[in-house]
Amino acid sequence: MSGPVSGPVSGPAAAPAAIEVRGLTRRFGGLCAVDSVSIRVEPGARHAVIGSNGAGKSTLFALIGGAQRPSSGSVYLGGDDVTGLAEHRRAQRGLARTFQHANLFGPATVAANVALAVRRWLGCGYRPWPDRRRERAVSDRVAQLLETVGLTGRAGTPAASLSHGERRQLEVAVALAAQPSVLLLDEPTAGMAATETRRFVELVQALPQTLTLVLVEHDLEVVFGLATHLSVLHLGRLLADGNPEEVRADPAVRAAYLDARSLAS
Amino acid sequence: MPRGRQVKLPRLFAGRSVPIYLVALGVVVWLVALPFGSSGYTVGVVGRILTFGLFVASLDLLVGIAGLPSLGHGAFFGIGAYAAALLAQDVTAVGPAQLAVAGAIGAAAAGVTGLVTIRSRGIYFVMLTLAIGEVARQLADSWTSLTGGANGLAGVPPLQLFPWGGEIVIAGHIYWYVLAVTALGYGLLAVVRASAFGQALKGMRDNEDRMRALGYSVTGLKLAVLVVAGGFAGVAGSLWVTQLRFVSPADVGFATSAIALLCVVIAGRGSLWGSFVAAAVVIVVRDELGTVIGGRGPLVLGLTFIAAVYLLPRGLAGLVPSVLRQPPKPALGTGGAQ
Amino acid sequence: MTEWLSGNLVSILNGVALGCLLFALAVGLSLVFGVLDVLNLAHGSLFVAGAYAAWRLADDGSLAGFGLAVVLAAAIGGAGGLLLTVATRPLAGRSHLDQALLTLGIALVVTELVQSWFGRDPHGVLPPLAGSVEIGGGYPIYRLALIAVGVALAFAVDRAVERTRAGALVRATVCDADMVAAMGVNTLLVRSGAFIVGGALASVAGVLGAPLLGASPHLDAQVLLLALVVVVIGGLGSVRGALLGALLIGQVQSLGVALAPRQAPFLLFGAMAIVLVLRPAGLMGTRHA
Repeated sequence: MSGPVSGPVSGPAAAPAAIEVRGLTRRFGGLCAVDSVSIRVEPGARHAVIGSNGAGKSTLFALIGGAQRPSSGSVYLGGDDVTGLAEHRRAQRGLARTFQHANLFGPATVAANVALAVRRWLGCGYRPWPDRRRERAVSDRVAQLLETVGLTGRAGTPAASLSHGERRQLEVAVALAAQPSVLLLDEPTAGMAATETRRFVELVQALPQTLTLVLVEHDLEVVFGLATHLSVLHLGRLLADGNPEEVRADPAVRAAYLDARSLAS
Repeated sequence: MPRGRQVKLPRLFAGRSVPIYLVALGVVVWLVALPFGSSGYTVGVVGRILTFGLFVASLDLLVGIAGLPSLGHGAFFGIGAYAAALLAQDVTAVGPAQLAVAGAIGAAAAGVTGLVTIRSRGIYFVMLTLAIGEVARQLADSWTSLTGGANGLAGVPPLQLFPWGGEIVIAGHIYWYVLAVTALGYGLLAVVRASAFGQALKGMRDNEDRMRALGYSVTGLKLAVLVVAGGFAGVAGSLWVTQLRFVSPADVGFATSAIALLCVVIAGRGSLWGSFVAAAVVIVVRDELGTVIGGRGPLVLGLTFIAAVYLLPRGLAGLVPSVLRQPPKPALGTGGAQ
Repeated sequence: MTEWLSGNLVSILNGVALGCLLFALAVGLSLVFGVLDVLNLAHGSLFVAGAYAAWRLADDGSLAGFGLAVVLAAAIGGAGGLLLTVATRPLAGRSHLDQALLTLGIALVVTELVQSWFGRDPHGVLPPLAGSVEIGGGYPIYRLALIAVGVALAFAVDRAVERTRAGALVRATVCDADMVAAMGVNTLLVRSGAFIVGGALASVAGVLGAPLLGASPHLDAQVLLLALVVVVIGGLGSVRGALLGALLIGQVQSLGVALAPRQAPFLLFGAMAIVLVLRPAGLMGTRHA
């Protein structure tokens, strides 16, 4: 990757974090959505971010992805400072995300949705003339991705006609199309039935170890089943950060968050 | 591994049933044969329809495909027209040269103004394009030494096909030239729309934010489509001057932009053939019935706007029964997994 | 500096007077867009209705006639606003372009009607307050009164929007209409209210402006363009933005044209382009359209 390597100086043998944010803050008027948050996501981790509604989780993702600019603080991707980098450039560097609310291309078919993402990855996203050979490569890759997420039978359906769970699957297919190195999943199981959630967990568990995952989740069963690392946000601030068992036992976390929620689904 | 061919993606000639191709062929044959047995007047009307249709199609690329609602596209049509007129007066009246220059200048103007307009979205973008159209018209109005001011440029030299050739004055011959150019333009636009670039534009129209998250440079896409649309508009302007041999500030201003936009709405956004049908409707109503209506042009135009918006929410293209548009989709996933 | 000021005082004052008119016109346009998400290109027609009311009732300069014209204009404007609410209802959820074309069509039809009823010629209207004041060689009292009215209006609208419950509803709807609907507020009332008030303001502005701009069939296009520019640079849905924008454009059209008459056509749009390049959502814009 290009760009200065200005990552954390924590020892000559330390590999750069897949994602790191330092002192990240985002203010809206008088409100502080994200308040001085510092998190390190290790490569290959399954890093979960939990917190009650309004805790700042989606804003954090928007800041990492580049859809929003921080009021202060910095964002590092693979050791490079990307704080000033535009959203599409961060995507080109291997960052992909899914969105909490349906954020697809409604009138286009499932296959066309994924194809848009695949073309960008194949480098022919802007070609103004038809290219039979490339389009075949795109088609093949789209079929592959649809099979991975289990949407092959719905390839010709407009995205707007999909069920909620199917839209989530499509989101993942679109995100994976770019063969990202880091994938941000924003409440991927929200609104899913138990069977769909189980399928989704299987899908995530099957993802390669080379892919770093950060997921925002409300479903604690999913979290404790998948996560290798857990960060808790509360009112925009980082409340706890560590391996799931430690965090679970942390009294501050229990007081603010866990006790108010049932750990049984 | 499942076969990719089972996954249907938009392609240039995909998904059209045979009757449509027959209709298209019929239309083309009729257009080519028109000068035989028609008056110079009829041929002139159809020529103007084809030209304006190309202009509307270029606006539809912006509005219907890319989702950029422009109220000032007439500026590039007019700039192309003026460029062609001035070129014919001062340098050469060779048609292809006029087309090239008009297209280049239209594209350049669209690109330069685009640098300003694409920073804004929604209504702000609309207002900026309106402003640019107005400024262009006022420029044409006041820069008398170059543009002839409010009177415009009249007596533009007639078309020549080659530098050594003679002037083309027979209406039918001019018409064939116009037909050839618009057919080429239509074909190019169809190709662009079906390409990866066209798909990216539609993606941008449907969900700009998601395109950014996918790694597309939305700014680049917007600028590119503006340049292309501006170029086609300029070419249409050149054809207009070739036929009318006259250009005035009205061709640059809001009136032209608004009528073109009306055509886009009537056609149904994103419909290429619809652009030409709508242009036919509007030009016939405005020019032919204009005398019958007796100066009540704006009234008719206003009523047409209202009717079109209420009665044709998806334009003429929305009226075509889907049975005619595409064959039923084949079953997917045969022989593969799932 | 002071010489320059006194030399151009008349232009500056004219600019403020024009700015006050534009504010009255623009605030309705901005509210309608902010609250209903409707682009109303028929707004200028409401202004013209007021101007013609003033001409018919008060062209002799009587104060009583003028007052009557104001009342009548308010009624016509409000009714017009209500009609527009109904007319644009079927277009809910469709693009701004569709609304623009519908309201544009309505405006064209109204212009034609005005021309056939009142003829094509422009008409002047005498100001209800005659006489002038010793500023810059005699400045009409009426224009000063207009400025005073404009300031009072700006104050009143600002207080209404910032301090009353209705105003709070308007501001909330501008920010997030769905949220307000989910709260159980009768959004239809809010929507028609915005259109009615905005329409009445526009027509009254037409009456007040008649002594300055007269009454002519194509006046609607001229003022609409100015009002649109004001709304866009002020920021959609913002009353204070509309005031700022109106004063700015008033000066551009008055002082600017006086100082640089050859560049007059470009000043207006140049100002708009500059503002939008620096602040793409307008001077005080709170959301992207």
